[in-house]
Amino acid sequence: MNFFSVQGISLTIGFILILIGLWGILTQRNLIRIIIGFTIFNNGVNLIIVALAYMKGRTAPIIDQVVTRTDAVDKVADPIPQALVLTAIVIGVGVTAVMLSYTLRMYRAKHSLEINVFTESKW
Amino acid sequence: MILIIVSMVLGVVMIAVSLVALHTRKLQAAILAAGVLSLMTSILFLLLAAPDVALTEAAIGSALTTAIFFYVLNKIKNTHV
Amino acid sequence: MYKKLFVLLLLVVLGWSFFTLLQTHQERQSLNPLSKHYVEKGPDEVGAPNLVTAIVVTYRGFDTLGEVTILFVSAAIVGLFLKTENHRLKYKIRSTSEILHTAQRLLFPVMILFGIYIFMNGHLTPGGGFQGGAVIATAMILALLTNPESPISHRAFNLLESVSGFSYIIIGVLGVLLAGGFLDNHILPLGKFGNLFSAGAIPLIYSFVGLKVGSELSSIILNLNDVQKDDK
Repeated sequence: MNFFSVQGISLTIGFILILIGLWGILTQRNLIRIIIGFTIFNNGVNLIIVALAYMKGRTAPIIDQVVTRTDAVDKVADPIPQALVLTAIVIGVGVTAVMLSYTLRMYRAKHSLEINVFTESKW
Repeated sequence: MILIIVSMVLGVVMIAVSLVALHTRKLQAAILAAGVLSLMTSILFLLLAAPDVALTEAAIGSALTTAIFFYVLNKIKNTHV
Repeated sequence: MYKKLFVLLLLVVLGWSFFTLLQTHQERQSLNPLSKHYVEKGPDEVGAPNLVTAIVVTYRGFDTLGEVTILFVSAAIVGLFLKTENHRLKYKIRSTSEILHTAQRLLFPVMILFGIYIFMNGHLTPGGGFQGGAVIATAMILALLTNPESPISHRAFNLLESVSGFSYIIIGVLGVLLAGGFLDNHILPLGKFGNLFSAGAIPLIYSFVGLKVGSELSSIILNLNDVQKDDK
């Protein structure tokens, strides 16, 4: 694994962002910061999937005058993980909107944003 | 060579911004830092030969998520009025 | 204190397993067989220059259907949780500045036009339905920021969203009746490679997806704006 290529650096950054996002979800006490941690986690995962689709010296998967139909197989990066990440980003924003509306109702019930106040589902 | 240098600089800035997003006192600064992180991720997607994904991340992650966070924060701050 | 130590230990173990994964990873030199088939035969079978659009709309059309369903469910949940009766404002909102009003009047039609351009040309240049819908929702945010009491009704957006979703399903069923399978794009002729009205039914499908996503995200923003007026 060559750590001095664009793919190696992007994979490392993605894994570090996953660790920072997990740390934010598990240790922060403010509800909004937990949701921000989830957003950072999502960014890291998407970055890893797109970085796995890159090959050295290749370009975007669009066919025009520079990348013609006959030699597209040698010049084009992998298009399948990019289609997966397109879906994943939109689903991430939907889940964030649902979490934020839950936060509003929870605040209306107990008038506090700390997570230690909500103890009804503790054993 | 220059791609490697640019991606390393972007990487260091992204990790610093994400640590700022979880550690400042004010919530507005944390939300803005998450928006900046989304924008830097979009630039890194462009360096990784994925223009569709970069456009989606810049439009959705950077603009819409920040706006939704600020609407909810405003409602929470104004509830006791 | 013990909780933080436990979390740190968990993260160190996870980080070490990621590092061993990274060390044995080899970068590929050529495309794998499925991607090779999509890149070689894609422009002939589907007729779209943008390969990511060809995969999202035709080859993996069921995943797009699932994603549209998930967005619909999340917009419905936000509308359910933030339901308010229409109270009058209890306190006076400071009116917005002159710069914002003038800029909104200039930028709002241009942004809607740009969003429509992005999803109509989704099969030729980078873009597509989801990006165009997000730009339309951002234009709606600008309109609502300058005029918080604006009389944009919920019914128009709900109607647009339902009609677009229904048309998307109708095109899919037409694909079963007239061509190869669900959401096949051979129901319209393929045309010349690289024109605006080429690639069969892909511009039509992506336009409906773009309108649906734009109206869904706009209705989430409208609900969030209406709940500010509530006095609880």
